[in-house]
Amino acid sequence: MTSTDSRLRIRKEDDVTYVEFVDRNILDEANIQRIADEITGLIDSDDMPKLIISFTNVDHLSSAALGALITIHNRTKQKQGQLRLADIDPQIYEVFTITKLNKLFEIHDTAQDAVASFA
Amino acid sequence: MSDHRTTPRATARVTVPNDLGALQKVKEELLAAVTKHDYPEASAFAIRLALEEAVQNAYQHGNKGDPSRSVAFEWRIANSAITVVIEDEGTGFTPDVVPDPTDPERLEMPSGRGLLLMRAYMADVHYNDRGNRVTMVYQRPVN
Repeated sequence: MTSTDSRLRIRKEDDVTYVEFVDRNILDEANIQRIADEITGLIDSDDMPKLIISFTNVDHLSSAALGALITIHNRTKQKQGQLRLADIDPQIYEVFTITKLNKLFEIHDTAQDAVASFA
Repeated sequence: MSDHRTTPRATARVTVPNDLGALQKVKEELLAAVTKHDYPEASAFAIRLALEEAVQNAYQHGNKGDPSRSVAFEWRIANSAITVVIEDEGTGFTPDVVPDPTDPERLEMPSGRGLLLMRAYMADVHYNDRGNRVTMVYQRPVN
């Protein structure tokens, strides 16, 4: 499912798609665009997708990465899907708080909690 | 008499082409200097975030990705504060007219958060009149 040059680890269990980042830093614009394109492809391949994006390995992200997440959020909504974010380090969570994106995204402490939240 | 808290322990000036690889090297050099001067991990996180946003603004919005243009950096690292100046060759912008990305009506807009993050993590962020040179000041947190 994951191509060799993908910057994502993707697995599907039942009807839930799990995405993790390979890189610790989600900063590079070109990489971010590729990541957004790949996740958008996952969303488009499902009806009413259930998607969990885990930040378990992530140390840094930029506003461009936040922008990509918003695009992914909006696309999931268009498809009547559900998006959850999980495993966010406190330093990264502060970035979500500053930008008030913690109000836009549904964020859970762990991917396990996120799975339990799906309707 | 100089004050050891504000006397620079490291200074640098460098101008590089508007090229992502060249810009990356400068970012790494500055971040290495921050770590070398005993700033904590949280400081490195803050500076890296603000630096990424400022450099991206210079590369993309200021210099429009044009490799024939340059980006000039200057930094001063002291015990109490770090000052970073970044200048591009663009026409500049007016930071005061950038809309608030935390406005509920703008929350789903994918762009426009760079300046907000720079201001959140730095003690001071200001631009020259033309709007093509940003000065960011980071204060060492009090223990």
